[in-house]
Formats: sequence, structure tokens, C-alpha cells
Amino acid sequence: MKSNKSLSEYPILTLKNVTKRFGGVTAVDHVTFTVKHGDVLGLIGPNGAGKTTLFNCITGLSSPNEGTLYFGDSQVLLNRLYPYQITTKGIARTFQTIRLFKNMTVLENVMVGAHTRMRTGFWGALFRPRWVKIEEKKITAHAYRLLQFFGLSSKAQLLAGNLPYGYQRKLEIARALAADPKLLLLDEPAAGMNPTEKEELLELIRAIRGRGVTVLLIEHDMKVVMPISDHVVVLDYGKKIAEGAPKDIQNNPHVIEAYLGKGARQ
Amino acid sequence: MITDLKPLSKLWLPLMLLAIFAFPFVDTNPYHVDVMVTTGIFMLLALGLNVIVGYSGILNLGFAALFAFGAYTYALVNIHWHVPFWIGLWISGFATALFGILLACPALRLSGDYIAIVTLGAGEIVRIALNNLDTITGGPNGLLGIDHPGLWFPKYQFGVKSEPYYFLVFVLVLGVIFFLKRLESSRLGRAWCALREDELAACFMGVSPVWAKLSAFAIGGFIAGLAGCVFAAKQGTVSPDSFDFVVSVMVLAMVVLGGIGNIGGVLLGALTLSLLPEFLRGFESYRMLLFGLAMILMMLFRPQGIAGFVRPKEEYRPKKITSPK
Repeated sequence: MKSNKSLSEYPILTLKNVTKRFGGVTAVDHVTFTVKHGDVLGLIGPNGAGKTTLFNCITGLSSPNEGTLYFGDSQVLLNRLYPYQITTKGIARTFQTIRLFKNMTVLENVMVGAHTRMRTGFWGALFRPRWVKIEEKKITAHAYRLLQFFGLSSKAQLLAGNLPYGYQRKLEIARALAADPKLLLLDEPAAGMNPTEKEELLELIRAIRGRGVTVLLIEHDMKVVMPISDHVVVLDYGKKIAEGAPKDIQNNPHVIEAYLGKGARQ
Repeated sequence: MITDLKPLSKLWLPLMLLAIFAFPFVDTNPYHVDVMVTTGIFMLLALGLNVIVGYSGILNLGFAALFAFGAYTYALVNIHWHVPFWIGLWISGFATALFGILLACPALRLSGDYIAIVTLGAGEIVRIALNNLDTITGGPNGLLGIDHPGLWFPKYQFGVKSEPYYFLVFVLVLGVIFFLKRLESSRLGRAWCALREDELAACFMGVSPVWAKLSAFAIGGFIAGLAGCVFAAKQGTVSPDSFDFVVSVMVLAMVVLGGIGNIGGVLLGALTLSLLPEFLRGFESYRMLLFGLAMILMMLFRPQGIAGFVRPKEEYRPKKITSPK
């Protein structure tokens, strides 16, 4: 399945003993794994297993108490960076609950997503020299192309808050992709979607992977995770209890015990 | 809907400019012109506060502090070093921008209501400081003998007439609008808007909140500095009671009433709230009562303001769209 073997040898993201405690609760407990270039990695686990906390550690929202996170070809240490700096390094994310800019248009949402791709600063915005105008045009076109890719171009001028739910989910992904990330973190993108929409989402994630973006995916729905993932990591009570190819995970007794239950054997 | 108005929208700008230009010639009542100068100064203030409250969503209850800083800056540099108005205007603008950044620094770590309280405190501190720094600011008496502006060529002194200030202030308003329009549809403008809508999400899009917020305070401060300088130059005196908390509230009311985040709305809000007390003069002592009632009614029936949250949309007119497969 992997199109580029040589690249995928190298990890794009390395987690070593990442631990996050909230008071007495250890939400993420010495988690170690790597994400390979060009892979789709599924992160699964029961509710409260620490998946989102791990996402927050990667994206800089909360800094881990222990352990290290390295990202990219030059393996930058992410631990002490702010969220916006991490985005600049090439990691973008979506949210479990939709967090669009509701009073901005669909197109503007994606253009904000492209914030890190632009150079216009304070003075550039104020005096708008020629290069800023050109950059604006480029970014608008870039955002528009992305909307086309997601089938949202006809809604470009609508306010994001007025979109139907399924489109809002898509727009979140489009906005995250606008930054041209190397690694895309999707936090339960299929939540609240119907089977048709989930099918579309799978296609979309495949297409995103086809663009050379590595995807780290939190998902509850096995019908979404299993067909799309190259590799699956399972968390339970903050600990990594298993990892491997989707097929192995489905047959792993620990995982079945912790999470998948009877449904996995169907 | 909007496209239907296109031919009109091309006309309204020249018509508006003509109306502004013609006003002092048509209405020669000096008092009316004088009220319009005050209105113009309030328009500047409302536009400045709109950058902070409207665009970036930071509730600022101490905007009068920036206005005061601008006015006192010009007063001081003019009295001590006889700096002419046209240079003082820039000094006031930039100094107040710096002061705005200074005020923003402690507020950066806070959000929502807490920022509002910090700005409220800052506003009061500035007023109290002006009242008590007798040796520098002249205390409650303020500073006297500030030069009125003048032109070198043709030689012309603004003096105490209202008309020249009227033109001065509206040139400034138009200039500010021109730059704000640019900011609105720029990377910075979108960053502000995103920050207002959802600060966390904006951070994950790579927007540096420090950069965006400080920029907002700097620009808001610059505009307030201009307004303060014009105010000081027109009055010839400055004193602390011109920069009461009521001024902050008034300007905020203009922004909210007109429509948060919308330039036209904010101008309309400033116009309405500056002129309403004048129109209500016939009611004498009931004047402020009716004024309050009018504000309550406006908020009841149009809580989003006259033109709230209408932003110019990013237009994209694709010349040749290659259909997505």
C-alpha cells in the first residue's frame, strides 16, 4: 500500500515515554511510539483512554510532564513550543468538537488556516505593497482550490456557522490542510456522521494521504479506523496496550478485552 | 442581494464625500459645525476601539486612557518644545501606540472579562495620574495655551473657528478608514477575526496571539492618539475631566450600538450617539433620560447593532476554474 518505501522508513513523529498527569490522574502514561512518513496511524482506545490528551501534548496545548516528542526530518523537540509554533513546524489538527470561526466565511476559514504560509506582517498588512497583494491572491486561490478538493467551493462565501454539520467537519479538515502540514492530526473526524458521510470521509483521508500528508487519526468507529490505517496504536488508561497492523490488533486479546469487545469478531 | 446594490455602492462613496465636504457650506451655523467636529473625534475614537473590541474581541473599558495620552502628549511637546501640530500629530499617534502596547502587556495573559477589568483599572489609573502629577500635567487645572494648528502655505491659522477642524478631522477619519479597510482583508485582519471567534483554534492555525493582540492595541492606540491630538489642538487646553470613564463607555456604546467589527456601523453609531443628545435638547432636563431610553430600545430591537458582524467577504473571481476532476 505504501507508495514511497524509502521515505516511510523514517519516522516523522517520535514519542518517547510521554507522560501527562492531571493531579493524581495519569492521563497519558509513558507512551512510546513512532509515526512513519506517509502512513495513516489510527489511535484508538475506550473513552477516557488519553487519546485527546496525547493529541494536546503533540500540538502544544498541554506540555507533557515527562518524555520527549520529536518531529520532522530534523527531529525538532516539540515539548516546549507553543501551539502556533508547532503549527509553523508543520503539524495541523482538527478538534473533537467543531471549532470553526463561525462568523467568517468558509473561504476565510481556510485562509486563516493558511496563516503560516504567508509572510505579510503588521506593516505589510497596513501598507499593502505589491508583493502582499500577490500573496493575498495566491492564498485566496490556494484556499479556493482546497475547497474544490473538498467539494465545498460552491459554499465559499457562506458563513461557516451556517453550514450543515457534515460540511463543517469537512471544512475543519480543509482549514487544517491549508497550512500545508506534513502531519495532520484528526480528532474523531467521523463523530456524528452517517454511514455515507463516513464513506466519503474515508475517501477524503485516502486522498489526503495521496497528497503526501501523514495522518494521525483518533477514531472510535472501527469501520473507519481499520480499513484506512496502516498502523494502529491502542491506549487504555493512558497506557499503550498494543500496536501493530489493523488485522493483528483486531485479533489481539488485550485489545478485545479492553475495548473492542464482541464487535471486533463480527 | 448584495449584487443588486452594486451600482448604488459605486455612487455612495462620492455622494458621501460630497455631503461631508458641503456640510459646513450648507449649514453655516457654527455650533452645528462644532458638534460635527466633536462627532468626528468620536468617530476616530470609535474606529480605534473597534480594532480592539470589534476585530480582535478584547473588551476594553479604559479607552479614554489612550485618548488622554494622545491629548497630553501633544499638549506637552507643544508647550515645552513648541512642536508644531503636524509633527505633534505623528508624535501623539506613535507615542499612544506604544502606550497601548504597554497597557496590553499585562492584559495578554488574561481573557474575556478579566481583560475588561484590567483595562478599566488602567483607564482610571491614567486619569488619576493626570490629576495628581501636578508638576507635569498641571493637575486638575490641566494644561493651558496649546497652539492651534496652522498652515505654512498658504499661511492660515486654524484659530478657534470650527470649519478648519471639521475638514481636518474628516480627512483623518477618511485616512483611518482607508487603512482599516486594508487591514480588514489582510492576514492580520483575518487573524484578529479568528482570535475573536475562537482563540484556541486560531492558535492552532499558527496565529500568534501576542502578535495579533499587540498589533490591535498599537493600531487602536495610534488612532486614539490622533483623536487626542486633534482634541487638544482644537480646545487649546486639556484637563483630566475630559477623559472620564464616561468617555470610555460612550465610545464602547458607539461601537456596540453601531455594529461590532463593522466600519460603517461604527461610524453610524458614533454619529447617532454624538448627535442624539443634541436633538434631544428640546426635552431639557429629560434629555439624558431619553438618551438612555433610546440606547436601551436600540439594544432591545437590534442586539447585534445597526450593522453587526458584517465583514467584507474575501472575493474570489476565478478566471478559469479547472473543475476538480
